[in-house]
Amino acid sequence: MRAAENGRDPRLKAISDAIRVVPHFPKPGIMFHDITTLLLDHKAFKDTVDLFVERYRDMGISIVAGIEARGFIFGPSIALGIGAKFIPLRKPGKLPGRVISEPYELEYGTDQLEMHVGAVQPGERTIIIDDLVATGGTLSAAIRLLERFQAEVVECACVVGSPVVQGECELKEKPLFVLVEPHY
Amino acid sequence: MSADKDEDPRMNGIKSKIRVVPDFPKPGIMFQDITTLLLDSKAFKDTIDLFVERYKDKNISVVAGIEARGFIFGPPIALAIGAKFVPLRKPGKLPGEIISEDYVLEYGKDCLQMHIGAVQPEERALVVDDLIATGGTLCAAMNLLERVGAEVVECACVIELPDLKGRERLKGKPLYVLVESH
Repeated sequence: MRAAENGRDPRLKAISDAIRVVPHFPKPGIMFHDITTLLLDHKAFKDTVDLFVERYRDMGISIVAGIEARGFIFGPSIALGIGAKFIPLRKPGKLPGRVISEPYELEYGTDQLEMHVGAVQPGERTIIIDDLVATGGTLSAAIRLLERFQAEVVECACVVGSPVVQGECELKEKPLFVLVEPHY
Repeated sequence: MSADKDEDPRMNGIKSKIRVVPDFPKPGIMFQDITTLLLDSKAFKDTIDLFVERYKDKNISVVAGIEARGFIFGPPIALAIGAKFVPLRKPGKLPGEIISEDYVLEYGKDCLQMHIGAVQPEERALVVDDLIATGGTLCAAMNLLERVGAEVVECACVIELPDLKGRERLKGKPLYVLVESH
């Protein structure tokens, strides 16, 4: 679901306008959506967090899981706004305690996402945050991590929803909420 | 300067939520893990509130956070005090034009980067990270901001390891921490 489908919230235009596109990063052909310019616009950044908080605060969410590293920029403020815990999902070797790991596909090869054992209790309602969704591979790994401890993933939430390059987005079984569509 | 632990009733709650993990990332290191603090929404909120109360009337327009755990604490502080948030990142992550600052590690070097144009001359800036150890990364962060003409008002961390004397590597700039760990 796009936020725009709910009727155009007047805050969304400034949020979209504040996101910069950097062509050919990290490699030729990729139009990289850079949220760092959004973070320089205090009102637009605050509105971004508020839009997520407004959506989730009455949904009984007890966990916000954020994907390293740009999910860490948005997730904690949302967690604080709705009274939930924040759980960082990290690249291998960063979390110091006992972890579980979930592999996911890259264009060439695989990577892993890790979560602390004990961070999540069975039955907890969770949302997963990242700045942008592309193929959904990382978000899918995040869903699998949380479900391995019987958490209920209520929704995945991203600032920018990027069109899928190949095939369908892997999140087809979980709702996806994005604020803005990519622009060029 | 650190918060007077005897005075503010929130301090004990924060300190008690930080978990120490022995021998991580290598034998002999007692790793200060803030992820357990993030699991307690009251203690996490209190942590942010303590920084916000300190900085909200100091005309700070930039909060710079060091990748990656500085991204957890910096943005909520920036949002609450009306400042922009500027991520300081490992090489190759920031997509636009950047400036780089090298710094020394125990073995070898690392590098911190900032976007050109994110910070204007004379802006008053705060540097945020979860922890200060030797101060090398914070010093690199300060250098990036000063190279574009910003004024670093203070460095702010949740935890200090005072035995590593990182405070002395901040070129005379003040350091504010909530918790000291010896």
